Amino acid sequence: MPIGLQAEPSLGVPGKKRWAMVIDLRRCIGCMACVCADKAEFDVPLGVWRTIVKVKDTGNYPNTKRHFMPRLCNHCDNPPCVRNCPTEATYKHEDGFVLQRYDRCITCRTCIAACPYNARHVLPKNRDRIKISGVIDKCTFCNHRVEKGLVPACVQTCLGRSRIFGDLNDPKSEVSRLVARNSTVVLKPEKGTQPQVYYIKPDRVMTEQIASHPVSYAARSDAHAFYQHNRGSKFFSGVL
Amino acid sequence: MQTKDINENIAWAKINEDVLRSMENPRMGYWVAVVCCVAMVMCAVAAEIYQYQVGMGPANLNWPHMWDLYIATFVFWIGMSHSGTLLSAILHIIQADWRKPIYRFAEAMTTFSLMTAGLFPIIHLGRVWNMYWVLPYVSDRGIWPNFRSPLVWDAFAITTYLTSSALFLFIGMIPDLAICRDSARGWRQKLYTVLSLGWQGDDRQWRNFRKIYLLMACFLIPLAVSVHSIVSADFAMSIMPGWHITTFPPYFVAGALYSGCAAIITLFILLRYFFRFDEYMTIPILEKTCKLTFAIAMVWSYLNIIEFAATWYGHDMVAKELLIAKFVGPHAPYFWMMLFCGSVLPFTLAFEKLRRHLPTMFVVSLFLNLGMWLERWMIVTPTLSFSYMPFAWDVMWPSMVQWAIVFGSFGWFGLLFLVFVKVFPSVSMYEVKEMVFHRRHYHSSALANQFHRRASDPKPGDEPSKEGA
Repeated sequence: MPIGLQAEPSLGVPGKKRWAMVIDLRRCIGCMACVCADKAEFDVPLGVWRTIVKVKDTGNYPNTKRHFMPRLCNHCDNPPCVRNCPTEATYKHEDGFVLQRYDRCITCRTCIAACPYNARHVLPKNRDRIKISGVIDKCTFCNHRVEKGLVPACVQTCLGRSRIFGDLNDPKSEVSRLVARNSTVVLKPEKGTQPQVYYIKPDRVMTEQIASHPVSYAARSDAHAFYQHNRGSKFFSGVL
Repeated sequence: MQTKDINENIAWAKINEDVLRSMENPRMGYWVAVVCCVAMVMCAVAAEIYQYQVGMGPANLNWPHMWDLYIATFVFWIGMSHSGTLLSAILHIIQADWRKPIYRFAEAMTTFSLMTAGLFPIIHLGRVWNMYWVLPYVSDRGIWPNFRSPLVWDAFAITTYLTSSALFLFIGMIPDLAICRDSARGWRQKLYTVLSLGWQGDDRQWRNFRKIYLLMACFLIPLAVSVHSIVSADFAMSIMPGWHITTFPPYFVAGALYSGCAAIITLFILLRYFFRFDEYMTIPILEKTCKLTFAIAMVWSYLNIIEFAATWYGHDMVAKELLIAKFVGPHAPYFWMMLFCGSVLPFTLAFEKLRRHLPTMFVVSLFLNLGMWLERWMIVTPTLSFSYMPFAWDVMWPSMVQWAIVFGSFGWFGLLFLVFVKVFPSVSMYEVKEMVFHRRHYHSSALANQFHRRASDPKPGDEPSKEGA
């Protein structure tokens, strides 16, 4: 049952759209163009991302391999962020988007705590070019572009055509065909969130947390580098 | 060695005098304490103004550490508030009369720590000016909060608990306020006249008073348990590793009672020392509080072990990794400190010699509370540091803004408490008299029959126990 503003999941409901994304990791070359497109489209501040491509190297020289893992909001059908938001600032659109009403957000950051995908971030309070500030922001599947018949910015710019966007309820769409013909993986399916970003042939090293071993501490090195850089100055600069 | 809870030969006029004396003529030390507390509050206010103007950035509150010290300290203060209910409501219902000299300040502590705790969710909001949006106020656009969100439950639970505990504190004080009214002059007389609600001490008033007091006590107990369960739901209702745990509500309630009891010991010793309440806050009463604290500490330790074992044998990779990160990772010093303060240190409470030694107990109770604060921090932060997505792993030290506000919250609590002890009687005069009266007639079989009609009371002619309990 929908409560308040929340729409029911539209996956498989005739006459309704269910926008979804397929990320074909066989075709991802790790060029980060999607990250740039996204940063340019929304003026995403430093240190946070709506979408980001995580990189991990495995193996020993000369048998090494580089794995990529594009990450974004999964626009779940059972979004924990929507359930936990006290003011219904975040809501489920009837076409499947999980969106944020900035006016209604009180920045209690409960949604960030609830999201198992780390897909949300806080915007800084004082921004130069954009008035939306001091609230929680997230990937919107470029809702403003999709409504006008365009694809999201990251999909538009993806040069390997690794990211494919479309309507899962339309059996003729490319995403439907890809999901039907390939074995796909979603992130953390056991959490019951029903994510709608499908990965084709991801590497296990990227989707799962590897066993309890200090080695996996290395996985945080990339995020660590940024924070290492910012930590000392944060108190004075006020930059997020 | 003092073995009786209270001296039976104490004169009733002396009780009044002693308690009323504590409310007059603040000494130099009092004003120094007030100035210190105001300075601490000013620190927090300055930090909050800075945070308000610049945003949550300077407090380091962004992904992935968007909840940090504020929420940890919020849980800590909410926990502290459970002691007053324990002493005044639960012990009232099970008729443990040793609570009588010490429950008043414990109840005040409940109210003030709730007032402190209530500030934290507000401070922690990025857009403070919209905080009323979590309340179901009537608006022309018919917008309601999301009733499925644990934060909304929080808002309900805390406001209800704050209202009821303040009311309980006030109701329990009415006979004492009448005593104050009768001996006060000036603004105090006016204040107490209003607050004592025309108390004359006649039969009907006492009857009604007993009824409402018992009613409030019964009402408060489930409320206290539910409040901290709901606070734990803030964490347990999300699906994060280390938070999504079934035992969280009892774990939180046990921790709450624990930190509350430890804080009672601290304030007990302070009040006894500064107001010379040696005859009311006696060593045997402290001992009983210590035993209670020890029992709760053991419950808390047991629930901790359950949590570790459930995670370990549950084989949820992420939760297990988080557990290992807590034990050996970057948070390990605080985690082990918490286990030491929370589970090992309370064994000092098991030894009679240490229990009776006030300086030791003072230091131990402070460390117990430090342990409980660390516990809350260790609940909130490591989960955010090591959540599902390894790329988001990060360890962050809370910024000075956060520390300043946490520091200031202790000043705010202290300030409220300092005002309380000088304006309101911090020992319940009428209940101490009641206790003395009962103890005085303890040996008299006829009167024992008349005044003690409980099944648990010794039959007339029985030898009274040595403890005098």
